[in-house]
Amino acid sequence: MTLDLTPYERAMLSGSEGDATAMAMRIVVSAAELLAAPRLVEIRSAHIDGCLHHGDGGVEFAERLAEGGGRVAVDTTLNVGALDLLHPGVVRADAQKTAMARRQMDAYVRMGAKPTFTCAPYQVGHLPGVGEQVAWGESNAIAFVNSVLGARTERYGDFLDACCALTARAPLYGLHLEENRAATVVVDASLVPPALRERDVFYPVLGTWLGLEVGRDISAIVGLPESVTRDQLKALGAAAASTGAVALFHVVGATPEAPTLDAATGGLAPVRKVALTGEMLRGSLDRLSTATDAAGVDAVAVGSPHFSLHEFEELTRLVRGRRLVMPFYACTARDTLNDLEARGDAAILRDAGVEIIVDTCVVVTPILPASGGVLMTNSGKFAHYGPSNTGYEVLYGSLEDCVESAVAGRLVRDEEVWAW
Amino acid sequence: MVAGRVLVAGEGGGPLLRLDHAISFWGGVDPVTGTICDPRHPDFGASITGTVLAIPATVGSSSSSAIMLELLREGTAPAAILLARADAILALGVIVGRELGYNGIPIVEVPVEQLACLEQGAPALVSATGVVTQPES
Repeated sequence: MTLDLTPYERAMLSGSEGDATAMAMRIVVSAAELLAAPRLVEIRSAHIDGCLHHGDGGVEFAERLAEGGGRVAVDTTLNVGALDLLHPGVVRADAQKTAMARRQMDAYVRMGAKPTFTCAPYQVGHLPGVGEQVAWGESNAIAFVNSVLGARTERYGDFLDACCALTARAPLYGLHLEENRAATVVVDASLVPPALRERDVFYPVLGTWLGLEVGRDISAIVGLPESVTRDQLKALGAAAASTGAVALFHVVGATPEAPTLDAATGGLAPVRKVALTGEMLRGSLDRLSTATDAAGVDAVAVGSPHFSLHEFEELTRLVRGRRLVMPFYACTARDTLNDLEARGDAAILRDAGVEIIVDTCVVVTPILPASGGVLMTNSGKFAHYGPSNTGYEVLYGSLEDCVESAVAGRLVRDEEVWAW
Repeated sequence: MVAGRVLVAGEGGGPLLRLDHAISFWGGVDPVTGTICDPRHPDFGASITGTVLAIPATVGSSSSSAIMLELLREGTAPAAILLARADAILALGVIVGRELGYNGIPIVEVPVEQLACLEQGAPALVSATGVVTQPES
């Protein structure tokens, strides 16, 4: 199959918009060819997951585009980088690595992307509409923009998201096409005790299970409460996109493409139906903790994906006037920190001992104490990537469990919630 | 002999390393050492450098493209990658590497049942047309 390009797309390829756009277009075209896309689709927004310094190749790529006169052609936000630019010093990195990480972040800002530096751009006003074509990177953001907002993106990796932003084009394939967005797997959560379904701590565990069991297939989940929150769906998607290539799921009665089960499955009979059991959830719950209960807790981290204002309200309520006796990190966007400062909550959090990290997070860059040990978290994504990325063992619990453990200096966890 | 679909053209050869479990290169592969660094992966500790790496599926973070690019830059990359299902994420790392002048590697889509026919550990060659041969098998 040959790729059908418009005259303007062919002009971009031959340099009409400058060297950087031509290079970006070559990469978009190569990707479209290997994905066997028939043509490109015009996109309206992009989220670039290219600011994280994994090595100097990423700096070279970004600077090549910036020096070639590259400018983003659509609304573009930036994912986390490897540095907390507002609190230099919290990241342990040598001067050379810090300088390269900074250059990488700067190159994307020079090209006109917004310096949001967050993995949750949907919490700082980047909210594409239902059906809108976009090109987003960052696995949790991809799951959220597709599932919760109903916009259309494929799973873009570093580099392709930036090239889409510069050209306002993406390969037309996969989840950009309506016919590929119907659920083929129905997950029935109605046997889960209603009290558990209401709890935040349920959602990362459900997501972990979904990623492992459903993977790349698209699911329609029935039986979740109507009151399910955006934060809960964010946690579900982030965990699912960590353990599996989940880019889209539907929650019947809650997400835009699933007003009914019939709508979610496109009117077709599902290929597979699964009723969630206690055993399934227990397996996923156990997977989120690698340390034993007796191991103790050395630090707590929350905010993967980045904490929302609403999650901070809850944390502020839990820690107000108390003293956390171990390092407690809350990762968020700089825009969210501004709001927290304005309402006075940042001071309450800091007084209790919460360290607020912005622009980055503790699992992608060295912030946790180098001594190592056990990290407690309420995040399925932190629990998944923590051991390999930080060397810490992990313990999973609710936000309340995290706070109570950090106050007591030892593991305090409500196990009752999982009894059924 | 197995014939696959070329995703990124090139030639390469080395011992076949077939992973039985899906992997995310980000958080799963250390580009400096070229080893699998996710302690929960069954092949934890294995070196992928210079191998013909057969992967049933890629999962997780889209940052895996960047790890692929770093593997090429560091000279710790596999000699070739066989993917059971086409995925833009690893291929993108190789395509960008080519733009930046790094040595590329072939990526070929090979159905999972054909991947299973290849002999673990035996030398394998990947041709420019996507044919995988194991001369000693």
